[in-house]
Amino acid sequence: MAVISAAGLARTFQTKRGPVEAVRCVDLTVREGEILGLLGPNGAGKTTTLRMLTTLLKPTGGAATVAGHDLTTDAAGVRRSCGYVAQSGGVDPQISVREELVTQGRLYRLTRAQASERAEELARELGLTELLDRRCGSLSGGQRRRLDIAMALTHRPKVLFLDEPTTGLDPGSRADLWDLVRGLRDRHGTTVVLTTHYLDEADALADRLVIVDRGVVAAEGTPSALKLRYGGSIDASLQDAFLAITGRGPAPADTAPVAV
Amino acid sequence: MLLHDTALIYGRYLRQSLRSRLALLFGLLMPLLYLLFFGPLLTGLPLGGRGSSWQLLVPGLLLQLGLFGASFAGFSVIVEKGQGVLERMRVTPVSRLALLLGRVLRDATVFVLQAVLLVLAAVTMGLRAPLAGVLIGFGFVGLLTVSLGSLSCAVAMRVDTPQSFGPLVNALTLPSMLLSGLMLPMTLAPGWLDVLSHFMPLRYLVDALRDAYVGSYGTDHMLYGALVAVGFALLAVTVGTRVFRTAGA
Repeated sequence: MAVISAAGLARTFQTKRGPVEAVRCVDLTVREGEILGLLGPNGAGKTTTLRMLTTLLKPTGGAATVAGHDLTTDAAGVRRSCGYVAQSGGVDPQISVREELVTQGRLYRLTRAQASERAEELARELGLTELLDRRCGSLSGGQRRRLDIAMALTHRPKVLFLDEPTTGLDPGSRADLWDLVRGLRDRHGTTVVLTTHYLDEADALADRLVIVDRGVVAAEGTPSALKLRYGGSIDASLQDAFLAITGRGPAPADTAPVAV
Repeated sequence: MLLHDTALIYGRYLRQSLRSRLALLFGLLMPLLYLLFFGPLLTGLPLGGRGSSWQLLVPGLLLQLGLFGASFAGFSVIVEKGQGVLERMRVTPVSRLALLLGRVLRDATVFVLQAVLLVLAAVTMGLRAPLAGVLIGFGFVGLLTVSLGSLSCAVAMRVDTPQSFGPLVNALTLPSMLLSGLMLPMTLAPGWLDVLSHFMPLRYLVDALRDAYVGSYGTDHMLYGALVAVGFALLAVTVGTRVFRTAGA
C-alpha cells in the first residue's frame, strides 16, 4: 500500500538569471512503514522535493498524494498527516523546550491540557524529560535533533520527512538517531523519508534508496540491488554505485541552488 | 480557528517580548530623546497651531515611535526564517493569516504600551491634553503599527538577509518622517513642500492626531486621518496575508 505517490513532480524557480529547474520530474512511490533514503549531489533537488511533499512549496508540475491526501487540493490533509524536520531544525533558542513542545501541540489544535500531556509523552519517548525546562539554545546538537523530531511527531503523523537529520552530529548521536528512526517505524509504523549525504547511513538505515540527480530520479532500489547493478557486485560499496549513477563525484558540477 | 490560532501566535510572541524587557524600553529611546532635548526648543516658537507646543510635538513623536518601530518589525521574520521556526510552523495546520496577525498584534501591543509611557513622560515635561484625544492617539498608533508591521513582515518574507532589509526600510522611513511633518507642522512649509507632503499618507494621521490633542474631534483632518489610517491598515493586512499565504517561492 503506497503512502506517498508522486508522478512527474516538478518545480521551476523564476530567478533574475532566468528559470531554474530545481526539480524536473520526480516519480516516487513509498510504501507504508518504509524507511526511504533520498540521495543525490548538492543541488539535485532533494530538499525542494521534500518541501513540495510537505506543502511548503507549490509544485509547478506533476501531482502527488501523501497519506491519501492530494498535495494541491487538500494541503490541510497533508499537513495533518505528515511531519517535517528541516535541515536547520526550527526552534527558537530563547524559548524553553517545554514551551516549544506545548505551543507545537496547540498549533495542531490540541487543548492546553492535551498539549502539555503530549509534551511530557514526547519528552519521555525521545529522552528529553530532563531537558524540558532548559532553553532550546542550550541543548547539544544531538539533543536539538531529538527535539526537532519530537516537534514533528506531535500529531503522530503517518509520514515523517527528515532533511539531512544527522548532518553535524557526532558518531554516537548519529547512531542514537538511527535507532530512533528504526524505533519509530517498528513501534508506530511511521513511514520515514530522509535525505542524507552519508552513504553508510543510507546503507544501514534505509530499506530502499532513491537517487536524485539534476532534478530527476536517476536510480532506485534496495542498497544491495543498487550495488549489484551499478557497482558491479553485491560487495561493491554504495559509494561506487553512487558515483556510477551520478557520473561524477559528490561535489556539484552545475549551478542549481543548494536549497531554495 | 483563525481566532484560536491568532491568540496562540500572539501569546507566543508577547511572551518573547516580555522576556526582553530591556529591548522594550530601548524602543522608547529615540522619541524620548526628542522629547527631552528637542521639545524644549519649541516652547517659545510661533508654530501656528492651537494649544501648546507639546500638543503639537507629542502626536508627532507618537507616530514617529510607530513609524520607526513597526517598519523594522520584519527583522524578526528574517531571524525566524534563518532559524527555521517559520517553516516549521507553516507545516502545521495553523492559519497563515494568524501567523501574520498574531505577530503584528503583538507589535501593536508593544508600541501602544510604549506610547503610554511616552505620553506619561511628556506630561511631566508639561503636556496637557484632553483624555479622549490622548486615547484616540493610541488608537492611531495601534492602526499605524498594524499597517506598517504587516508591510514590513511581507517585505521580510521576500528578502533573505538583514543587510538588504535594513537599508530598504531606512530609505522609506526617513522621507516618510520628513514629508509628513512629524516634527514641525507642514503649515510652516513653503507651498511646494506642503503640496508634496499631501502625497504622504502619514501626513493625514499627523494632522488628525494634532487635532485630537487639542480636543477637536469633528474636523476634516480627523475624518481624513481616520479614513487613511483604516484604509491603509486594510490594504497592508491584505498585502501581508497574500505574501504569507504564497510565501516559499
